[in-house]
Amino acid sequence: MSEEATYALPQSDPESAPYWEGIQHGELRIQFCTSCQRHVFYPRTLCPHCHSDRLTWVSASGRGTIYSYTVAHRAFGPFAAEAPFIIALVELEEGVRLMTRLLDAPRERLRIGAPVQVSFERLSGRPPLPFFRLAE
Amino acid sequence: MSKASAPRSPRAAIVGVAESDLGYTPNKTVLQLQAQAARTALEDAGLSFDEVDALFCAGNWSWSPTLTLAEYLGLRPRYSDSTNIGGSSFEAHIEHAVAAIEAGLIEVALIVYGSTQRSDRSRGRISPAYRLTEQFEGPFGLPTPVGAYALAAMRHMHQFGTTSEQLAEVAVATRKWAMLNEKAMMRDPITIEDVLNSRWIAEPLHLLDCCLVTDGGGAVVLASAERARQTRKPPVWVLGHGEAHTHATIANMPDLAVHQAAIASGQAAFGMAGLRPEEIDVAEIYDSFTITVIMTLEALGFCPLGEGGAFVSGQRTAPGGPFPMNTNGGGLSYCHPGMYGIFLLIEATRQLRGECGPRQVPGARLALAHGTGGVLSSAATVLLGKD
Repeated sequence: MSEEATYALPQSDPESAPYWEGIQHGELRIQFCTSCQRHVFYPRTLCPHCHSDRLTWVSASGRGTIYSYTVAHRAFGPFAAEAPFIIALVELEEGVRLMTRLLDAPRERLRIGAPVQVSFERLSGRPPLPFFRLAE
Repeated sequence: MSKASAPRSPRAAIVGVAESDLGYTPNKTVLQLQAQAARTALEDAGLSFDEVDALFCAGNWSWSPTLTLAEYLGLRPRYSDSTNIGGSSFEAHIEHAVAAIEAGLIEVALIVYGSTQRSDRSRGRISPAYRLTEQFEGPFGLPTPVGAYALAAMRHMHQFGTTSEQLAEVAVATRKWAMLNEKAMMRDPITIEDVLNSRWIAEPLHLLDCCLVTDGGGAVVLASAERARQTRKPPVWVLGHGEAHTHATIANMPDLAVHQAAIASGQAAFGMAGLRPEEIDVAEIYDSFTITVIMTLEALGFCPLGEGGAFVSGQRTAPGGPFPMNTNGGGLSYCHPGMYGIFLLIEATRQLRGECGPRQVPGARLALAHGTGGVLSSAATVLLGKD
């Protein structure tokens, strides 16, 4: 594999492995703190809210809303050829926020607050990622 | 604004400032630029390298910039600080250096920055793999930092009704100041329409909403109150300072429409100085992007949250306007070598000394220098005054 081809690949680690394994299986896994009853993303050893270590993995609904978005007209490295594309921050029903790319979203339906649904897809031959699409 | 306690007499002052060559400097290394700035700033202060006992430096060119730079300059500092919280690092260095002076550890601090990012073409280089907390954002291809600021701008527009025209006001006013600064890189006048018609980088930010990408360096010499009274020029007193950070990656910013780190750093600085925002004569505010300025003005209390767009409208921050801001032409039009914070301190100092020629703000006595780093991640505020 050339150096260029390894660009843009997420690097799983002991803490994030359950997350990336979930993506492979079409499941969006996040953490839940059984001490303060809040969901947590990205995965951690200590809850960032109450600092308990009682974090368990749960499967998220994959439903959320657009918190903010941008249309990137310039991008770098392997992403340059894919521009323009839409990057969004999505707030999941569970209350956590994550970055994603919105796929096939018509401009006239693109707005903050719009409901979205996760969609695990491969882009440009890269491993699957949790993209989102506008919900019907 | 937090209740101010009785202001203390200043413990330290800026006594020397200088830039290195700016713009495009392919024939100089990052160390040469810093040596040039350091020597010129010490000359400005009337101090020698032998009198420096603390070195502050932030940069991405070395795993330990103070070790490398001290060796290169022939310094053996007894106090070393390479805190890197992005573009606001140098305002934070002021806070750290004042604390070290108050603790009796040092008397003269040299704060230095340099970058050859334009010559190196290093901006936007993609890392080979996204590790640790970056693995959850990097794979989606957001161009940073501009894309992150675009996400904040979009949220600010949604929440407060801020417009592209209001963002453009900042770029246009800042360019007018640059036209008065012969060191500024971009000196042709621009209009609101020019900004709106410039190409999209990341919506809602156009090209002219974005800072320059330049080479360059700068240096600031800070001295204890006792030493400051013996230097070549009138001291520029550090009246208040504060710093804070809230997140590293943009998805983890608590509220994308509110620069909470700047709220904290500003309250600390104004509280310490016993000053209110309306007392500031000249404001040097980090302008990586036009939205950065609007969110910072709100956070520092120059206007209520959500009213930053209205505050900058009608060219209120331009030369001759009621709120002189970014008087050197800013990161938008003067220079921006990656971490711009050192230049805010340099310009604020020169304004208080009355050294700014055609861009001088008449009678300026109190100045604010505010750095923002990362993706609205960190903030550090410094309030300066003259005798």
